[in-house]
Amino acid sequence: MSRLLKKHPGLAWIALVVFTSVCSLAVLWAQKNRSTTAVAPAVKSEAKPDLHPVTIKPGPPTPRLDTGLKDPHGKPITVACSTCHSTTTPNADRKTAHDLVQAHRGLSYAHGNLTCLSCHNAKDYDTLHLADGRSVAFPDVMTLCAQCHGTAMRDYTHGSHGGMTGHWDLTRGPRVKNNCVNCHDPHHPKFPLVKPVLPPRDRISVPKEPAGNDKH
Amino acid sequence: MPDPASEKPKTPCSGNCSCAGGNTTPPASANGTTRRAVLKGIGATLGIAAYAKALAPLTELTKQTSMDEFLQKHYKELSKDEIATVLKRLTRETKEQYGADVTINDPKPIDGVKFGYALNLSICNGCRKCAEACHIENNHDRPSHQSYIRVFEMTKGSMDFEKANAHYDHPVPQPDKYYMPVQCQQCEHPPCVDVCPVEATWKEKDGIVVVDYNWCIGCRYCEAACPYHARRFNWQKPQIPAAEINPVQSYLSNRIRPQGVMEKCTFCLHRTRNGRLPACLEACPTGARVFGDLNDPNSEIRWVLENKRVFVLKEELGLKPQFFYFFDE
Ligand code: HEC
Ligand code: HEC
Ligand code: HEC
Ligand code: HEC
Repeated sequence: MSRLLKKHPGLAWIALVVFTSVCSLAVLWAQKNRSTTAVAPAVKSEAKPDLHPVTIKPGPPTPRLDTGLKDPHGKPITVACSTCHSTTTPNADRKTAHDLVQAHRGLSYAHGNLTCLSCHNAKDYDTLHLADGRSVAFPDVMTLCAQCHGTAMRDYTHGSHGGMTGHWDLTRGPRVKNNCVNCHDPHHPKFPLVKPVLPPRDRISVPKEPAGNDKH
Repeated sequence: MPDPASEKPKTPCSGNCSCAGGNTTPPASANGTTRRAVLKGIGATLGIAAYAKALAPLTELTKQTSMDEFLQKHYKELSKDEIATVLKRLTRETKEQYGADVTINDPKPIDGVKFGYALNLSICNGCRKCAEACHIENNHDRPSHQSYIRVFEMTKGSMDFEKANAHYDHPVPQPDKYYMPVQCQQCEHPPCVDVCPVEATWKEKDGIVVVDYNWCIGCRYCEAACPYHARRFNWQKPQIPAAEINPVQSYLSNRIRPQGVMEKCTFCLHRTRNGRLPACLEACPTGARVFGDLNDPNSEIRWVLENKRVFVLKEELGLKPQFFYFFDE
């Protein structure tokens, strides 16, 4: 490089001009990027004009209760949650599922010490609600998770919780991120135990195998 | 603190070899003289597998393809046209030997990009889906379950690999354990590159340590030099049913390796150099993996480096891995 500059001093000027313009472009780009990443991702998509979008998988659809009955075409008959719950008295103290007898039997539940109505909306069982009472549609459930799990949400926003597929480089292609509930069942959010796949069969699987122990 | 230099294997030359010793070998010349000289010397110090590999091109010279292969220059010496010819030949050979139609490309490093990888050990549950994804993506030998990733079951609070177990087969995670996937750490100062007697492996601009499988002589010095046990040797010609072959391949990464050569993780450069995420990251069901451009201050990987307490494996060796680990606080 320095040898080249000695031979062609004019190059230094060109290099300087190029360098400064690249720098200012980079700063502009960084600012633009910051302004878009600073906000928590909208639950659906944060499309940018020049970058490919980052899409978050949708939350669950508004649930309905399966009545166990079938219509003439054999399709299960379901009813909206509000069908019954517009007449039942909401039970604000309920925080377990094991004594549910009249409905929702077998629901497995272990989420901190939360009551059912910390999430479900006593005023409208077809929705959820935030701490301030605002209702949240089921597909937007992440807004609700974020309210109590700020750290996880911060990590998620910065790509270090929750995983993704697609492109690391959004100038080349889009990215899809998981929804919290793809991995955490809202009723028992602990990640389940799994059976590992593909046990290794190679010879050196444990580092520091004593020398000469190689089984050829 | 062990001196990494002292861990390097001793100079290979014991026979009628023209090289001056592992590290001081002059750059492999275009006509391959150096490589062949090393090949000759190597049989004396190494096992049968390496020796057979060394002889293989000579015994197979009757076939036109092998002649082409034998005469092929070092990757870095190949012109654009020559690379195109080589890729065509390799594509044809894959069809002949495996019955699969594949596309072999040669993506180059992206200017200004340096890849980094981080893994959250508080999240990883040891399911080995990453190892499996690697196995499939990188066209690894099926019977041996080969993969560039090895997952160690570690005792909580300990970093002792001696007591780690990579062969666990019970539901995970166990309450008193944590899980550490280990793959090539893409060291800034890769000892595996230093010991290669023929310069068949080197570090690219984007930080990826690659192998020219057609130049590698299978001496396995690099395998011995790597403190992370991240390199694998192809003891056999990889066996993969045609239907399972990943057809999207590249010269320096996941094309099917010949028998008798070294292979290693390339951060899936055939994907990542095209802007995509590595296969192991996409496959991780727990979201423990973070990948990106270390030079981009807004990247996810940079956020992790700046906001989590990251560490590298065997830091005392001074190899400066580009692979980082962290725990959530
Ligand atoms: C068939 C009538 C019926 C339908 C439909 C129904 N529920 Fe319920 N639900 C009940 C009854 C009855 C209880 C009280 C159960 C008990 O105490 O044994 C209950 C209890 C609950 C509770 C506990 C809090 C409370 O108010 O007691 C929640 C939360 C709840 N239901 C949510 C839902 C949701 C969400 C749906 C839609 C998928 C739904 N329910 C549909 C009958 C119904
Ligand atoms: C952390 C928030 C949260 C809490 C707490 C919670 N739920 Fe839910 N619940 C949800 C979400 C989100 C869904 C939609 C999930 C889906 O369809 O995958 C749901 C769905 C349901 C459904 C319908 C679908 C199903 O799984 O049967 C019922 C019934 C229900 N909840 C009852 C309860 C009861 C009873 C409690 C208390 C024991 C409770 N929920 C506590 C968030 C919560
Ligand atoms: C109203 C507050 C609140 C909401 C809303 C909420 N959580 Fe929680 N969550 C808690 C509490 C409290 C705990 C228990 C923390 C503890 O044990 O330290 C918890 C625990 C968890 C855990 C750890 C479980 C374990 O046992 O390791 C996960 C994962 C989790 N929540 C995910 C979610 C997800 C996903 C949502 C949205 C569907 C959600 N939470 C909504 C309050 C909330
Ligand atoms: C790709 C799967 C995945 C997604 C998506 C995901 N998580 Fe997690 N999360 C995990 C795993 C795995 C753990 C660690 C095991 C556990 O604690 O269950 C975890 C742990 C947690 C914990 C407990 C951590 C602690 O410090 O105690 C919380 C809270 C949590 N996640 C919340 C969320 C929220 C909120 C979202 C959505 C913004 C989310 N997660 C999305 C996989 C995921």
